[in-house]
Amino acid sequence: MGFDRVLVANRGEIACRVIRSARSMGLSTVAVYSDADVGAPHVGMADMAVRIGAAPAGESYLDGEAVLRAAQETGAGAVHPGYGFLSENAEFAQAVADAGMLFVGPPAEAIEAMGDKAAAKRVMEEAGIPCVPGYHGAEQTDKRLVEEGERIGFPLMVKAAAGGGGKGMRLVSDAAELPEALERARSEGRAAFGSDALILEKAIVKARHVEIQVFADAHGSCIHLGERDCSVQRRHQKVIEEAPAPGMSDALRAEMGEAAVRAAEAVGYVGAGTVEFLLDDEGFYFLEMNTRLQVEHPVTEMVTGLDLVEMQLRVAQGEALEMTQADVRFEGHAIEARLYAEDAANGFLPATGRIAHWQAGKSEGIRVDAGIESGSEVTPYYDPMLAKVIAWGADREEARVRLLEALQESACLGVTTNTGFLSVVLQDAAFVQGGVTTGYLDEAFAAGVEAGGMASEEIAAAVALILWQEVRAARAVSLMADDLMIGFASDGGRFIPVDLDGFAAGIRVVGPKEWVVCGDGWEHVVHLERIDGARAGLRIDGRRKVVWFAGDGKGGLYLQCGAVARHVERQVPGGGNVDLALDGAVIAPMPGQVVALDVAEGDRVEQGQRLAVLEAMKMQHQLVADMAGVVESVQVAQGGQVTGGQVIVVIGEEKA
Amino acid sequence: MWRAAKVTPESPGYAENREAMLRAVAELRALEARTEAKSEERRARFHERGQITPRERLSRLLDPGMPFLRLHSMTGFLADTNDPEKTVPGSTFIGGIGFVEGVRAMIVVDDSGINAGALGPQALKAMISMQEIALRQKLPFIHLVESAGANLMNYKVDDWALGGAVFRNLARLSATGLPVIAVLHGPSTAGGAYMPGLSDYVIGVKNTGMAALAGAALVYAATGEKAKDADLGGAEMHASVSGLVEYLGEDDVHAIAMARQVVRRLDWNKDMAQAKPRSFAEPERDPDELAGVVPEDLKQPYDARELVVRLVDGSEFDEFKPDFGPATLCLQAAVHGITVGILANNGPIDPAGANKATHFIQACEQAGTPLIFLQNTTGYMVGTEYEQAGMIKHGSKMIQAVANATVPKITLYCGASFGAGNYGMCGVAYEPDFLFSWPNSRSGVMGGEQAARTMSTVARAGAARKGIEVDEDRLAKQEAVIQGIFDAQASPFYTSGRCLDHGVIDPRDSRKVIAFCLQTVGEARRRDVRANSFGVARM
Repeated sequence: MGFDRVLVANRGEIACRVIRSARSMGLSTVAVYSDADVGAPHVGMADMAVRIGAAPAGESYLDGEAVLRAAQETGAGAVHPGYGFLSENAEFAQAVADAGMLFVGPPAEAIEAMGDKAAAKRVMEEAGIPCVPGYHGAEQTDKRLVEEGERIGFPLMVKAAAGGGGKGMRLVSDAAELPEALERARSEGRAAFGSDALILEKAIVKARHVEIQVFADAHGSCIHLGERDCSVQRRHQKVIEEAPAPGMSDALRAEMGEAAVRAAEAVGYVGAGTVEFLLDDEGFYFLEMNTRLQVEHPVTEMVTGLDLVEMQLRVAQGEALEMTQADVRFEGHAIEARLYAEDAANGFLPATGRIAHWQAGKSEGIRVDAGIESGSEVTPYYDPMLAKVIAWGADREEARVRLLEALQESACLGVTTNTGFLSVVLQDAAFVQGGVTTGYLDEAFAAGVEAGGMASEEIAAAVALILWQEVRAARAVSLMADDLMIGFASDGGRFIPVDLDGFAAGIRVVGPKEWVVCGDGWEHVVHLERIDGARAGLRIDGRRKVVWFAGDGKGGLYLQCGAVARHVERQVPGGGNVDLALDGAVIAPMPGQVVALDVAEGDRVEQGQRLAVLEAMKMQHQLVADMAGVVESVQVAQGGQVTGGQVIVVIGEEKA
Repeated sequence: MWRAAKVTPESPGYAENREAMLRAVAELRALEARTEAKSEERRARFHERGQITPRERLSRLLDPGMPFLRLHSMTGFLADTNDPEKTVPGSTFIGGIGFVEGVRAMIVVDDSGINAGALGPQALKAMISMQEIALRQKLPFIHLVESAGANLMNYKVDDWALGGAVFRNLARLSATGLPVIAVLHGPSTAGGAYMPGLSDYVIGVKNTGMAALAGAALVYAATGEKAKDADLGGAEMHASVSGLVEYLGEDDVHAIAMARQVVRRLDWNKDMAQAKPRSFAEPERDPDELAGVVPEDLKQPYDARELVVRLVDGSEFDEFKPDFGPATLCLQAAVHGITVGILANNGPIDPAGANKATHFIQACEQAGTPLIFLQNTTGYMVGTEYEQAGMIKHGSKMIQAVANATVPKITLYCGASFGAGNYGMCGVAYEPDFLFSWPNSRSGVMGGEQAARTMSTVARAGAARKGIEVDEDRLAKQEAVIQGIFDAQASPFYTSGRCLDHGVIDPRDSRKVIAFCLQTVGEARRRDVRANSFGVARM
């Protein structure tokens, strides 16, 4: 059964990734998008694109019916779910099959079997695959779970039975914490997977996360493509993955691979899947099986030379695997770093905004899977992962160094990202050595990473580029035909203060592209040698430095020196946007009578909500709240007469 | 085509010339720095009041890095004191042509760091000059106001009477179609109050901005009313009650940002075609060498073509009638891609030279080619031969041509500028669009030595006629006095101090200054302004 059009039921980098392989196979592609993704790269890449709903994932990418409708309307013969969203939703897989289309993934039964973590554990135990001791029972009362927890012993993991990707997962170090952890895990499980069933597992604390990529066709053939070490995790979210796992022996790989194949076969698996294990000095334990393509699949692709998406599509077409286990070859080492929109210096809070400039590093051995482009909006609706940078090297060290360089040569301006954090981790001694356990990141970088003060050279570069941008802007408006007058002042010029948020700096123009920048106790001569789009070649005190920059539209700029991108903000004159309307006082615009009064003291109000109506000069003026908050005072009575400028209502900020 | 320079940095005399010239430039910069230092003494006071200094205001008003042409920095040199070591020139305001939001504009910043911005000697003339340049070059006029007004300690009835021209000019700027923008930074009373009053846009600074015909002290003296300055003229009052202020800034920095925004909203260049980039080569001889070309001793001749090759594009020029009246040079060249006619002196102007210059000026007028005058002239040639050859009428023709030429005219005093030669070569009275002096230059009806000797000759002749003995001792003293009077007034700092030019420049900046002026004049000539008969009436 074949198809020539595939709908990609995903967004971001994985949608782009799948489309790329599908197109190279000559398949026509259909993208789906939410209102937040109208201009997203995956939409532009596909041959067709269908809107499937509003921005929240629940109303679009998680809406199986809408996706199915899109597939039917566009005549797609298959649906590739990517990862996340509907990829491990057995019901959706079944619905796709029922609609006469192919689901690029395992049969619904296999998803279901592995989707219920508890049931999966039981099947695995029966198949003789080592599992972590735990409770996978159907009885979900607190009482039973606490009892089982005490039996297993602490520390233990509480997981959503339907979970994955770290959501609904909690580490509990003693019995007292358990009830609260249960409650939280349930609510997260409900929110993320629509199920609040939990499992308990003994926490294997000093273990590595090593997973095996398996591949099965519908003709009974199942092979493994080696392992990936995903131990570099932050709160159970993988950050850096690699293949092979440091220190992995051929014997252990064969043993784990064989176990993984057995696991897949136990559930009648077809397509690409990943069997996750915890590996410690004593052995390995089955953790779970992900019945889909993994985020980190590129590291496997880079060491095996295979295209897993192409293999998925071929297997879905009914083709048999072309290779046997003996044909699988591994060459070199690959490391992947996930680029997240998050603030490592601020509790890894997700960041949003507009990407002012994106440029993937292009050096040797580097692959970048990105779901963004310059101008993309990073919204709060979806996973904050923006791109993956994958480096291949003949050995681990070469891959590591290449990855580090690629991160420094990739520019991502406008949205705070973890590139700085990634580059710190890639240079951390424990990582350099290899073989860290899953607790590594959370222990070594418990406080995240300090953003660190900007080096004075960086400030100098920022100030010079701010000035250069201003000159460009002024020059564009001016009628000057050439640049040769730039920087000329018949009185020798002057010191120009540049107020940045957090520090004061100043600059003196020396020539059209040369400045002296000074700050608190320092001074640098900055010479602009070259501008190539967002890339500037500078000489600072004679030393060459390449930086990325983009204006923020408010007088400041985004600047990336090395891997660390920063937002250098400009102070707004007058102490910010002085807007009297926002001080919470709602005043009568003219004399009149209050004919309606909608709020009372203590009421919560939304921005734009009507507060009162003033009748004056035969017109009814609606007085609305300029900000959300709580009504602090109401200073008039209904029917009362007011003068122009009189305060009607005062809104205060809501106390948390 | 003449392009090979004979003078190089290795030439005899170059090093000495350069040393002397740079000494003169250093003198200029030291005078400017003295004024700045004096103003900046009050820096802490400004900051205490939540203000920034006048120079900080200028820095924030200007587009950083865009060119700036300072004007009249020597205003009042030696007019405040006879001591050259103590005089503080240019103390009343810092002014020039610069860019604000990409718009070329005339900018005046009251230097309230010195005498609270009260009008210093000659400052009125300089202010009027700035306004007239703005009118002529169609420049929006931006004034950062903080001035105590007329200095009552130095009251001169002339200043009061003629000072009205400042307000007349503001009215005319507005009526000509040139926006006048004022930021009211500090107290601005009496005459100063009309500064905002006659502006089209006023930005007031909260707490410090104040404008009133009379402050609290004067009101009490005049009427006995005990008024508060804030009620009489606070920026907040003017913004909400009197209507004198359009925009209210939180502080100096904010108000200046608002002034920039006002300029942005003018969209001043919306109807102007962008100038097409013209390709041109920088001079082959570095303009920096201009400092070494001119001898310190003005009696030493130099070839003005040595200046020209360091001023014009590619160091290339064509010479008009090179062999006819060769001491008067008429050259065709370009500066920053703009074709210009250059007049320069390699000696006194003789009848042939005057005729050639007249012809050349008229030809440039015909083609609309801007004229540049590089003055190094001791005047028109005297002597029987020349009088008989019609020196008077030929010189007069040249003066007629210069006076009536309507093309842009830019004059540099590069050395000597004496006698009627100054007139024929477009001196100050001939209203060049721009006129700058080099710090080595000297101007006057004649040199001091020459004047002294002339007077001695006259005295000797008189004595001989009367048959009395010449008192050589007295004559020597008289010569010294005369020479002193002439020489003191010949100094470019002195003449610039009396607004007999638009400023003194570093000779090495000459090419850029000329280019800036040409661009300014070129823009003005291409710009249509929306004139009206009354100006923008303040409501």
